[in-house]
Amino acid sequence: MPYQFTVSPDFGPDQLAGWHIFNTWLQRQLGTDIHFETHDAFDEQRQSISEDQIDIIYANPFDASFLVREKGFVAVASPHNPDETTIAVHADNPVTEVEALQPGCRIAQTDDPDISMMGMILLEPANLDRDNTEALIQDSYIQVAKALIQEKADVGFFLTEAYERLSNLVKSQLKPLVNSDIQVVSHTLLLGPALAERKDELAGKLQAMSDDVQGQQLLDSLGFRSWNPMDEEEMEFMIDLIEALAA
Amino acid sequence: MQDMNPSDIQGEYRETTLDLYNGTQRKVLVTDMETPYPEGKLIVSRTDTEGRITHCNRSFVDMSGYEEAEIIGQPHALLRHPDMPAAAFEDLWNTVKAGRKWHGYVKNLRKDGGYYWVYATVIPNVRNGQVVGYTSVRRKPSRQKVEEAIQTYASMS
Ligand SMILES: Cc1cc2nc3c(=O)[nH]c(=O)nc-3n(C[C@H](O)[C@H](O)[C@H](O)COP(=O)(O)O)c2cc1C
Repeated sequence: MPYQFTVSPDFGPDQLAGWHIFNTWLQRQLGTDIHFETHDAFDEQRQSISEDQIDIIYANPFDASFLVREKGFVAVASPHNPDETTIAVHADNPVTEVEALQPGCRIAQTDDPDISMMGMILLEPANLDRDNTEALIQDSYIQVAKALIQEKADVGFFLTEAYERLSNLVKSQLKPLVNSDIQVVSHTLLLGPALAERKDELAGKLQAMSDDVQGQQLLDSLGFRSWNPMDEEEMEFMIDLIEALAA
Repeated sequence: MQDMNPSDIQGEYRETTLDLYNGTQRKVLVTDMETPYPEGKLIVSRTDTEGRITHCNRSFVDMSGYEEAEIIGQPHALLRHPDMPAAAFEDLWNTVKAGRKWHGYVKNLRKDGGYYWVYATVIPNVRNGQVVGYTSVRRKPSRQKVEEAIQTYASMS
């Protein structure tokens, strides 16, 4: 049986190509068969994790608690880019600050759980919560932007990196109200119990990835600068932080 | 804990003495200057089981007005504002010592005598089944909730 590798479902098809190449790299580095499996939605992925079908995962920070504390995964490394959230409205919207948003507003967002959580936290100063707003779940951040431009939604939640990747034409029709600046919450590569003892070995190899041309190309295709080894306590701290934030 | 120093204070101030939980007192100097909560940020700190600060992030340092070296090793009562009723913190400690999460609105005192409001969460840090410390994460409160907290706390003290 090959090991199973999966990535958080918040990646679009263009980024999945990079993860396929990463899987080839992983197999070579660990000298073992690894099958790359994608999931369309977070629920579906959590189901696979519960059934112990996953051995390696590039996980959303929101899932880290479940993976580490309930399923015995260990964190290996995280990329240098933390997950931040951008709240935006239509460029013509007279609103210039979160506090001016009103109850009843429609929020376009993806099913990405950490961005939804941070987005709602950023709306708290306006006394908005799940009960007095309407969530409009979209398939991608491009769709979130479209919902704002077509005025089907009043507010949009974006992964900041995804917002920045929108075309200039799209961005010119939007207006960011606030960006989160958390810095310590990021996606993480984790190993399940079957591979946990290879954590240090893999962390070293990931860290060295930026040292050669091929590794650098692979990092580019993933949109990363480099990998940062992550120790157990750093991971536990990130989990505590997310647990403190999840209402 | 050290008393506050008049030379650190910005503008007119009043002097009050706080009775701390450990039986000691601290002279604090208080002004009416509010520092707005920094947009998009979280103010994070961690303590050991005794409540001494072991880690704090950049926003914690910036908002408190102290240097990081003046913060590490101190209890969080370094930030205690005289407008906060003791009962709020009693509830905080009872809740986290029972292993649960505490939420509340807190008015914090800065080194310069000014203040800032936060919406705080405190959780116990559990490692291998043992509580090894506590983490607090603060975020921007709504003005309406702050006004409500001002009323509630005024009636408590
Ligand atoms: C993790 C953690 C964070 C805390 N943060 C604050 C804080 O920001 N401001 C504050 O006044 N008290 C804070 N407290 C409560 C203090 O420990 C203390 O109880 C309070 O300042 C009142 O002082 P006293 O208990 O000495 O009377 C925190 C407690 C914990 C466990």
